[in-house]
Amino acid sequence: MRLLKTTRWLAVACIALTGIVTASAQDKGLENPRSTTFRKTLEGKKVVFLPLSMGFDLTEGWAAVMRQQAKRLNYSFEIRDPAWSTDAGTKALQSLISEKPDLIVAHNPDIQSYARLLAQAQAAGIKVVQINLESNTQTDSYVGADWTEIGEQAAQAVVDKCSPGKGVSTKVAIDTGVPTAASDVFQLDGIYRVLNQHPDIQVVSQQATEYNPEKARSIMDTVLQQHPDLCGAIGIWDNQDTGTASAIQQAGKGGQVFLVTSGGGNKVGCENVENGLFNLYISYNVPLQGEILNAEIARLLLSDSAAGETKTLYFNPLTQITKANVNQRNCWTLDDLK
Amino acid sequence: MSEATANPGPRLPTLLKSQEGIVLALAVLAFALFSFLLPSFFSAGNLLALVRSVSILGILALGMALVVIARGIDVSLIATMVVSVSWAFVIARSGYSLEFALLIGALFAITAGVLIGSLIAFGEVAPIFATLAAGSVIYGLGRTFFFTLEMQNVPPGAGWFSLIGKGRVLGVPVTVVAFAALCLVLHLVLSRTRFGWQIYAMGNNPAAAKITGIAYRPMVVAQYAISALIAYGAGLILASSASAINARLFNSTMIYDILLVVVLGGIGLNGGHGKVRNVILGTVFVGILLNGMTIMNIDYTIQNLVKGVVLLLAIVIDSLVNPRDEQTSQQGDL
Repeated sequence: MRLLKTTRWLAVACIALTGIVTASAQDKGLENPRSTTFRKTLEGKKVVFLPLSMGFDLTEGWAAVMRQQAKRLNYSFEIRDPAWSTDAGTKALQSLISEKPDLIVAHNPDIQSYARLLAQAQAAGIKVVQINLESNTQTDSYVGADWTEIGEQAAQAVVDKCSPGKGVSTKVAIDTGVPTAASDVFQLDGIYRVLNQHPDIQVVSQQATEYNPEKARSIMDTVLQQHPDLCGAIGIWDNQDTGTASAIQQAGKGGQVFLVTSGGGNKVGCENVENGLFNLYISYNVPLQGEILNAEIARLLLSDSAAGETKTLYFNPLTQITKANVNQRNCWTLDDLK
Repeated sequence: MSEATANPGPRLPTLLKSQEGIVLALAVLAFALFSFLLPSFFSAGNLLALVRSVSILGILALGMALVVIARGIDVSLIATMVVSVSWAFVIARSGYSLEFALLIGALFAITAGVLIGSLIAFGEVAPIFATLAAGSVIYGLGRTFFFTLEMQNVPPGAGWFSLIGKGRVLGVPVTVVAFAALCLVLHLVLSRTRFGWQIYAMGNNPAAAKITGIAYRPMVVAQYAISALIAYGAGLILASSASAINARLFNSTMIYDILLVVVLGGIGLNGGHGKVRNVILGTVFVGILLNGMTIMNIDYTIQNLVKGVVLLLAIVIDSLVNPRDEQTSQQGDL
């Protein structure tokens, strides 16, 4: 009887123990083989960013977002800063082709300069993502604004304000940056696509500012002397258009000239919308571009296909910022991204 | 060596035989042509806009002229300007008062000028190389340690500061008034003070200047310190009028525009001659060209072409009017 009792206890104990062991095996979960491969494949890879130059909101923003992912997934992320020199950029690209990193993120100074080298890099087996400024060569991926769309939106906004009978006149001025950059050529195409449908709108001035706010200011100053009844102005970049806006404000025509500009959505640009310098700010949202860029980098590094085999692109959505929607979601500071 | 022998040949009575005269004639011609062809060119408003658009260039050119007359050259002006002003703005944004920040900026500019001057005076480095290298060093320091973003907006909450670039005195923009005032001061310094006379002496014949007891080295240091301070002032006006300063100006062609104004106005790069009126002439001529071309809405590349051709012509005329020979040529000539 006693023996039976002991055996029964033992049996119960055994069952209980088995239960605990099984339960604890289930608590530890299942290994996800895809997660392991994801991390293992990306680990130790080498990504190089070739910006136009570091030191301004767009490139600093993208770099901060890209650096974060590199840190999280343990691949190396380097920056080669040519400091606005196309020549230095070309040399950096040439040396990268022999260095053979796994992926290059290229920011093109114009649509020609890097075109051949990017094709060569892909031929050498390096995957290439272009960011926000395209070249004539389509590579593995392009992430960024559709400049034609920005041009169309900007022109449409000005047309809405300056069509006959709506503004003081139908006169419009355009401030471009550097005439060979993708942002200029494609944006101008977009602008004129819309303006050609509205022959009443008169473009009275189209001048290059070289992205220099003081030059933009003096051009707008002169234009306003010639055309005191100017109705609208399209600027190509927020960094330069603080100057354009200053000239308009100083001429006391803040309420008359409708100024549209575009940029990465940095808080500095947003401040200028808030204090009435910019009437409409078309933002291509740098943090969003950075995230898409990260997804593309990971996708391409994981992919088995050779460099240049499949070419894709994504034009990210644009946000029209006016006084009504200057907020945390649409505007960012570099510290937010770090 | 007297003035007469330094300038080859006696001064010819005809205006058109000097470079200054030719540029003056060209300026008058362009002015007349634009006034005639472009309806609102000759209006008070446009003429003010014209002078204003080149005032900052003019102020910088005054700093450059001071150094060039003493047989030096300062191509680090833009670097000093953008770094000192940008740094001052960064300091102001980090919680200090704007006045204090601007003082730090001024001290930085003066220190940079003194160091460059010392390099040239005591290190005996040719000014073109010393300032070329110093420009990169200053810009590099700024970008590495003082500010990350090239573009710095004017710190908020300083109403008086925006008056520098946006205010008017009796209808004339403060920028233009500042240029005029600095012209007057520099004119008086160059023509009425011992410091000014010594600058001409140094430019005319450095060796003679040294042995006749001019404190040559301190003078060199002082010149570069003054030109750096002028650059800082120009930077403040620039930032105030455009509501922001962009350090990228360092990479632009602005330094060549300054040289264009100086050379075009008739201040020879071999030093020893030239007056404030040459700077004014060069500045106004460049202003007329730029303003006219903007009004005519001329394409960017053609504008650059016109500027380049004009500079080339000025240099050719300069070398025809002031021919180089054993007496005037020097080591490190541009």
